[in-house]
Amino acid sequence: MPSGGSPPRTLAHPAGAGRAGRAGLARLRPPAALGQPRLRLSLRTGRRLWLVVFLAPAVLLFATFITYPIVSALAYSLFRWEGIGRREFIGLGNFVRLFATFPYPRLLWNAFWHNVAVFVLTMVVQNLTALGLALLLARNPRGARAYRVVFFLPVTLSLVIVGFLWGLFLNPIFGVVNKALALAGLGHLARPWLGDPATALVTLVLVNAWRWLGFPTLVFLAGIHAVPDDYLEAARIDGASEWDVTRRIVFPLLAPAVTIIVILTFIGSFNWFELPYVMAGVAGAPNRATDVLGLFFYRMAFGEVDTGLQDIGIGSAIAVLMFALLAGVSTVGAVLLRRREVEY
Amino acid sequence: MSGRSGWALVVQAVLVANAVLVLAPMAIMVMSAFKSTREIFQNPFGLPAVWRLENFQRVWVEARFGAYFQNSVVVTVVSVAVLVVLGAMAGYALGRFAFRGNDALYLYFLSGLMLPVRLGVVPLFILMRNLGLLDTLWALILVYAASGLPSAIFILTGFFRTLPADLEGAARIDGASEWTIFTRIMLPLVRPALVIVTIYNAIPIWNDFFFPLVFIQSDARKTLPQGMTVFFGQYYTDYATLFAGLTLAAVPVVALYVLLSQHFIRGLTAGAVKG
Repeated sequence: MPSGGSPPRTLAHPAGAGRAGRAGLARLRPPAALGQPRLRLSLRTGRRLWLVVFLAPAVLLFATFITYPIVSALAYSLFRWEGIGRREFIGLGNFVRLFATFPYPRLLWNAFWHNVAVFVLTMVVQNLTALGLALLLARNPRGARAYRVVFFLPVTLSLVIVGFLWGLFLNPIFGVVNKALALAGLGHLARPWLGDPATALVTLVLVNAWRWLGFPTLVFLAGIHAVPDDYLEAARIDGASEWDVTRRIVFPLLAPAVTIIVILTFIGSFNWFELPYVMAGVAGAPNRATDVLGLFFYRMAFGEVDTGLQDIGIGSAIAVLMFALLAGVSTVGAVLLRRREVEY
Repeated sequence: MSGRSGWALVVQAVLVANAVLVLAPMAIMVMSAFKSTREIFQNPFGLPAVWRLENFQRVWVEARFGAYFQNSVVVTVVSVAVLVVLGAMAGYALGRFAFRGNDALYLYFLSGLMLPVRLGVVPLFILMRNLGLLDTLWALILVYAASGLPSAIFILTGFFRTLPADLEGAARIDGASEWTIFTRIMLPLVRPALVIVTIYNAIPIWNDFFFPLVFIQSDARKTLPQGMTVFFGQYYTDYATLFAGLTLAAVPVVALYVLLSQHFIRGLTAGAVKG
């Protein structure tokens, strides 16, 4: 989500929210179920049969089109490939090549650090802004409902639309961004934002933040609304300032929402694909300044446009590393989340 | 008192500034769609002198947006229908039946929330090729339906668990079959959850670009986001047509969102927020 998340559902989405983006790993059990006695049914044959009828289609679909490809991707990384033909088993050979044979390590680390930069920048630019906006909206200013609807609006737009729209706006000759800077008397700042290796990645992160900002805002807002009013009232009666109330009561109780946003932003940032693909091309132009793991993986798996180079072994090795990274962080995140939850 | 109203003014200023930041690019997009390319360059920020509709007509007919749109509708409707039906059945079984392996199966489905299927796209590509589904809408439908199941099962199992056991018991005593209990009694009671699941999945599926990029080659079977990339290649200097295309592609989702914004917001944050 929220960041590359290209959410989410995305497979994650937004940054995130993409499909993965979209998801919440918050709790493995919906809270409503806690403490509710599970219905006990005697499992006579008839009921067993019904159980199969209810579950089999979903299990079959999920196993075939989700589990099987994911597990196979792991296996693929252990073979040598020619085009889409699988050759002999080579153990960790693809990983060794990825880390030690030119030009793979250079591409790998270049892309990896860009993902890290995307994550950090998104946390600072997008999520801190979102937290600020949520705190303002939580005070219920005039028009709060309308603001909520407006802020979330870009999250519903396709990343392809967002990418092209901002691509047109950022055109160095005709785009409105440089024109607006000139109008504001800041013409000297105008530059080819996407063409300059120094600004391209940051520009993409900002466009991405434009699309996703509403999502963390609403998650934080929901978190703030979940803080019991009694606590806030009691603190105010005791003479606490608004800032003290925010810092001492709201922030600690907001920890679960923060953890969710950090995890979703991480998943989104390391899954980033659509926006750089649409705005910078599959090679991560200019000069690989916007290359990220998602693009690198795609090029290896399906072939580079200019060179035609395709290496499914290397591609699968990248996929395995990304799986490991995402699964590791999601798991640690889920545990952290539970530990940091304050009972109230 | 004046301190408080001064503060309120600052809050409003920040919120308005952000609203402008969100809305201005979209307003420029829509206004540009009605201008000529020449007018876009000369007067990028103003209202169009004449509201021209021919840009839209070109996009819909010449650039085949009509066909792309139809493919997107088919893919989105069918995959959401499949995932809601199968998700509800599985959610019902997991939420209301105690059996060995219930928890394990629930966690199995939930694991799909954490791992992006797109990393398994090479095996998926080869699987689709072997099944003869490459370059068909079925390839998309099956992947979207399957990858929507974890969130659907997560949300629906939770809702089914909260329903009182008496309802079911009474129906069973009256001799209703399991299927009747499910469709006539339980399903109507979780209608709000079905709405959330539908919305939560429909938007990302409608907007997805990655899987069509990999699975679909024929122009006639491209979805809207994918078709747009073709269209952008063809018309890359014709700004008026480009903005008309973007506007046309954005309108359905934005309109739906504005109509159902409360449901949307609840649906899209459902996975992330407690309760």
